[in-house]
Amino acid sequence: MNPVSTNNITVAYHRKPVIQNVSFEAPEGKLIGIVGPNGAGKSTLIKSILGLVPKASGNISIYGKPYKKQRQIVGYVPQRGSVDWDFPTNALDVVLMGKYGQIGLFRRPNKKDKQEALECLAQVGMEAFANRQISQLSGGQQQRVFLARALAQNASVYFMDEPFVGVDAATEKAIIQLLTDLKSKGKTVLVVHHDLQTVKDYFDWVMLLNIRKIAFGPTEDVFTQDNLQKTYGGRLAFLDQESNGVNPLA
Amino acid sequence: MLDLLANPNTQWVLVGTMLLGITSGVLGSFALLRRQSLLGDAMSHAALPGICIAFIIVGSKEMLPLIIGAGITAYIGTYLIQAFVKHSRIKTDTAIGLVLSVFFGIGIVLLTYINRNATGNQSGLNEFIFGQAAAMVRSDVNLFVIAAIALLTITFLLFKELKIITFDREFAQGLGLPTVFINGLLMTMIVASVVIGLQAVGVVLMAAMLIAPAITAKYWTDRLDVMVILSGVVGGLSGLLGTLISAPISGMPTGPLIIVSSCSLFFLSLIFAPKKGLLTKAIRLMKLRRSTGDNQVMQGMYEFIEDTDRDTLSFEDLIRVQPLSGLRLQQTIKRLQKRNLLHPSSETYQFTDKGIKAAHQITLNQRMLQMYSMHEMQFAHLPMEKNNWDFLSLPNSEQQPLFELLTKHELFPSVLQERNEDR
Ligand SMILES: Nc1ncnc2c1ncn2[C@@H]1O[C@H](COP(=O)(O)OP(=O)(O)O)[C@@H](O)[C@H]1O
Ligand SMILES: [Mg+2]
Repeated sequence: MNPVSTNNITVAYHRKPVIQNVSFEAPEGKLIGIVGPNGAGKSTLIKSILGLVPKASGNISIYGKPYKKQRQIVGYVPQRGSVDWDFPTNALDVVLMGKYGQIGLFRRPNKKDKQEALECLAQVGMEAFANRQISQLSGGQQQRVFLARALAQNASVYFMDEPFVGVDAATEKAIIQLLTDLKSKGKTVLVVHHDLQTVKDYFDWVMLLNIRKIAFGPTEDVFTQDNLQKTYGGRLAFLDQESNGVNPLA
Repeated sequence: MLDLLANPNTQWVLVGTMLLGITSGVLGSFALLRRQSLLGDAMSHAALPGICIAFIIVGSKEMLPLIIGAGITAYIGTYLIQAFVKHSRIKTDTAIGLVLSVFFGIGIVLLTYINRNATGNQSGLNEFIFGQAAAMVRSDVNLFVIAAIALLTITFLLFKELKIITFDREFAQGLGLPTVFINGLLMTMIVASVVIGLQAVGVVLMAAMLIAPAITAKYWTDRLDVMVILSGVVGGLSGLLGTLISAPISGMPTGPLIIVSSCSLFFLSLIFAPKKGLLTKAIRLMKLRRSTGDNQVMQGMYEFIEDTDRDTLSFEDLIRVQPLSGLRLQQTIKRLQKRNLLHPSSETYQFTDKGIKAAHQITLNQRMLQMYSMHEMQFAHLPMEKNNWDFLSLPNSEQQPLFELLTKHELFPSVLQERNEDR
């Protein structure tokens, strides 16, 4: 059974279709990149799978069951800009939020929860910042806190929205390490990604999306000039570079 | 003063205003963090028509029906604002302005109608505009006690859910928490804390009652639980102060004085709070300017010596090799001389032995930073943020690759070495 399978998802905001008839079956234990131009609907695709935006039509299942029944095994790392980082809380506390679902209503996190949250912070190299107020963290560190929070959820399928955007080298390294670890534990990770140059290095599978699904499959099969052209059209900056003799896809 | 406190009426008012302060402080923290300060204003204004309608229906000024009426229209107003924003192109601030003025307008019309028809202006509803704490009676306070206990208990029990929904609602939803319920509950609690404050503070100033304690508290802490408690304390204290100040002076309005008290506490925090207060920030900025100025002058002089092999700089040289000028430069030089890093002469500038060593370290550290930035990926594992970008505190094995890069780029600071060799 596939970790994620979708059937003809369509989402529209104010009648404007943002994604149309997207169907795919994500294989287990793979790092899967989702790429496409700005406004292609990448974030919307993830949010519709997670039930955060209403779908006009389509079905989604996580390991064969509807998402609503599988929330515990689905982790989400939103775009960093989606929260107010001036919120009065520290890094450890944000990571602990990943456990709120397991802890249950009315109960407070105990020592063991805190210990586990600390271990998640350590996995992203942030244990020294546990007590740092979150506005005092750099952008990359904030991103790592978000990743640690998703780890604390202990999910089987992860969705991450542009985790590499605006991060420093240390964070990029930490994220890649983390993705590899997750994969080796048999987890499936879907990552919205911006940087076409690194797609081949980072992802086993890739989806090319521009309102519709252009292609989906193992990276070496579908990440082709042809498909990229179909996805990005004339907007693809580095296809131009190719005519200058630089071909990052080669 | 003591006489006044012995008066049971004043005691009730005091208990009432403190309770209001505490609940609006606690719930106001969440309103502030959800960026709903303005929404609080709309809520309190939207409560006015509800108060009037309840009065018309019941025919007397009984607190419970009035509060229920206030709650209903305040809730409708809040709901309308959120619905406008969700289902149309109207932005939040416009929606708030719209709802606030329309509801308040209707409220005023109803109030005028009631005042005309009530037995000779006796309805006493006018006090809801600016508040009249002194009108509080024992049964009102009993009601406040129950409401306050309920609100505070729910806040305590659902604290972690209220926290996550305020910080990151989508994530909370993803965890499977009942976000729609918790969000509705929080909105209801904020509305409740607004409407029970109306009698004392009035619709016009109620938003300040909600927000001022929360902003004040935020200056003192980086933790939500502490902020919520502090905010409750500030609210309660404002209620206490406002009541105590106004009680002995006849005609002094309590509600506005409560607000003045909480705003005074806010201004004090704005200036004097440790870490976030303006004063601390100004001092920290001054220190930072000093230490960077010192470092720039030291490194500038060091690099001059490195380039020219002369160890004494004229004033013109000094102007040329570093970015400071005027008074700031003179102060910096004086400071460096006082710290025994420069020789104390006023025409020419020369490092002391201690000074050259310090300048060497500053220059070395700055150039290591340069190498680090060039090869960021290679050094990503170094804990630089943790140790304040002090490369010289790294273990030797970690410094070695940076040294090699410096040598390769011919950037290794050379003055100190040459001097040592000379000796
Ligand atoms: N909440 C929203 N309301 C209306 N339009 C939206 C909303 N969110 C996104 N859109 C629009 O939907 C399109 C796709 O957005 P998004 O999924 O964020 O794209 P991507 O993540 O690929 O850059 C864009 O045209 C954007 O303007
Ligand atoms: Mg996006």
